[in-house]
Amino acid sequence: MPDELHPIGASSPAEKPADEKAAPATASASPAAEPPAAPTEAKPATPEVAKQPAAEKPGDAAPAAKPGVTPAAKPIPPAAGAPKPAVAAPAGGAKPAAAAGVAAKPPAAPPKPPAPKPDPWQSPLVDKLRQAYGSGLREASTYMKQNYMVVDKSIASDVLRDLCKQEQFDYCVDVTAVHYPKRDEQFDIVWILYSFALNQRIRVKTQIKEGEPAPSAVPLWPTANWLEREVYDMFGIHFTGHPDLRRILMPDDWKGHPLRKDYGLTQQDDQWVKNNLGIESGQ
Amino acid sequence: MSESKFYETQWQETGKTFLDSSELVLNMGPQHPSTHGVLRVILKLDGEKVLGTDCVIGYLHRGVEKIAENRTYVQFNPYVDRMDYVAAVSNGLGYCEAVEKLLGVEAPDRANYIRVILTELNRLASHQVWLGTHALDIGALTPLFYCFRDREEILKIFEKYCGARLTTHAFRIGGCQYEIYEGFAKEVLDYCDFVLPKIDEYEELLTTNRIWVERTKGVGVLTGAECIALGATGPVLRGSGVKWDLRKAQPYAAYDKFEFDIPIGKNGDTYDRYLVRIQEMRQSVRILRQAASGIPEGPIIAKVPKVLRPPAGEVYHSIEAPKGELGYFIVSDGSTQPYRVRVRPPSFVNLQALDKMVRGWLVADVVAVIGTLDIVLGEVDR
Repeated sequence: MPDELHPIGASSPAEKPADEKAAPATASASPAAEPPAAPTEAKPATPEVAKQPAAEKPGDAAPAAKPGVTPAAKPIPPAAGAPKPAVAAPAGGAKPAAAAGVAAKPPAAPPKPPAPKPDPWQSPLVDKLRQAYGSGLREASTYMKQNYMVVDKSIASDVLRDLCKQEQFDYCVDVTAVHYPKRDEQFDIVWILYSFALNQRIRVKTQIKEGEPAPSAVPLWPTANWLEREVYDMFGIHFTGHPDLRRILMPDDWKGHPLRKDYGLTQQDDQWVKNNLGIESGQ
Repeated sequence: MSESKFYETQWQETGKTFLDSSELVLNMGPQHPSTHGVLRVILKLDGEKVLGTDCVIGYLHRGVEKIAENRTYVQFNPYVDRMDYVAAVSNGLGYCEAVEKLLGVEAPDRANYIRVILTELNRLASHQVWLGTHALDIGALTPLFYCFRDREEILKIFEKYCGARLTTHAFRIGGCQYEIYEGFAKEVLDYCDFVLPKIDEYEELLTTNRIWVERTKGVGVLTGAECIALGATGPVLRGSGVKWDLRKAQPYAAYDKFEFDIPIGKNGDTYDRYLVRIQEMRQSVRILRQAASGIPEGPIIAKVPKVLRPPAGEVYHSIEAPKGELGYFIVSDGSTQPYRVRVRPPSFVNLQALDKMVRGWLVADVVAVIGTLDIVLGEVDR
């Protein structure tokens, strides 16, 4: 036995490839070699304006939420080249150089074409879900060749279950959230799903109010465990059915949820800092 | 019944060691050399056997996603290098391509070739760091020196190209900032010739090394289905026999122009993941040779406006970083600053598999498994 393990050198690398070729790809593996998922993705949708009323654009709530950008910055045409003062200053020395780097080479682009709008996303999958859930499926669109759907929170867990169990979306890429403080339903919860069989990626979004729980995806995809913990940590959103909902990046007894829009960039839990670090402020 | 046989059966029956032991909670890290940074693992042990783990992370949490919301798209670009600092180029590529997608801009061919070359060089460098440190954890000192010696040449190319060795900030939104220097392609090709025999050298040290084999074979097994359920990607997924690589599945940059294979393992153990990464290094060399010998002429950066104001909307874009699927989910509100940037870090998600992989194994295997997951804490914590 020891003798087998010891031969060193050329023989070993030579054996291995054969070894690995022989390895059967597991069931879900096979589709990987297929060509990229062209069919689901149409060309960018520049000219087709406003077929869809472009339901809840992030823009609605946003400008006010950004103290750094004064409204005045918006109308300035790109050529004016004076964005810097409008943008919050703390970036410091190195960054302007970087900005100039991008800007310097090509001549400034001419005034923009009309903003692209999401197109309706038509596919058997959407039809099926629409049939099953009716208006619970609020929107199904394609933006920049990427498909997403917005579903009502009451059916979110059912839709996720269907996608996981019946539609082969077996890989939960990410769970995250976006905060829109001006909206009634303040939070977007976003599930990014991928199907190995279809080589397709979709996003499922739902909107919840402050204090409302979201359905946990852990029973469907164990990977959602830490991802949901992070959302809870950063946004304070509870997930019903999560086995172990604790903070993950911030200290356990920290107060506040840093990725909310009303949490300042330099804000911190002073009491925690004082108790645990023995200093007045970490800033 | 012989004595040893007796203890063996007792182990099987009760799951306990032959010593009268009770449960022990052991703290590993955050200051521990084999946790590759500041990872703290709380181990629940029965003797040497691991009953369960709890990862405590966040020691390097810098709030990258929060910072992004307070910087312009261009200003945020250098920050992404600080997540996975071992593979900074990949981070930058993912971010730039995500913003380009948001803008509806495509980088020119020449830029894509440069991007592929630098990213693959970085993949090599990242795998070399992984191999060196992983081997060191398990007790092989030499690979560390070999790997770092060979990685140095890559860093020299980076330095010559953009002035930085680690946090390169090599790419810009729309393409690359710098034209390649004279002799760049030749240096890359020379490096390919240089590194191939070196990879054989690493293998000579380890592949059939009895200690290495015994420490890694059958340790930390994950099946393909478990990997998918746990969201593990990159070499961890491929080591379990799932042939999936974003460079092939959903090609980005210029990857659809090159021929390369996706190496896979079959047992899903630490040894197979080692073999997969070694093979990946060879494939990277293959890509590098094709790319460096065919860099097309043309501009290196697309026409992007001086002030980036992507139209309101959201995109998710992901690339195959050395550690797995690295994704950026960016929400734009039409202003100069992103409304939200979410980074989907491969290390963070892969680390979640640790508990599954070490349950029932020995403390020493925890070290091997942390190494095989190839985590970088800067990316786990962000």
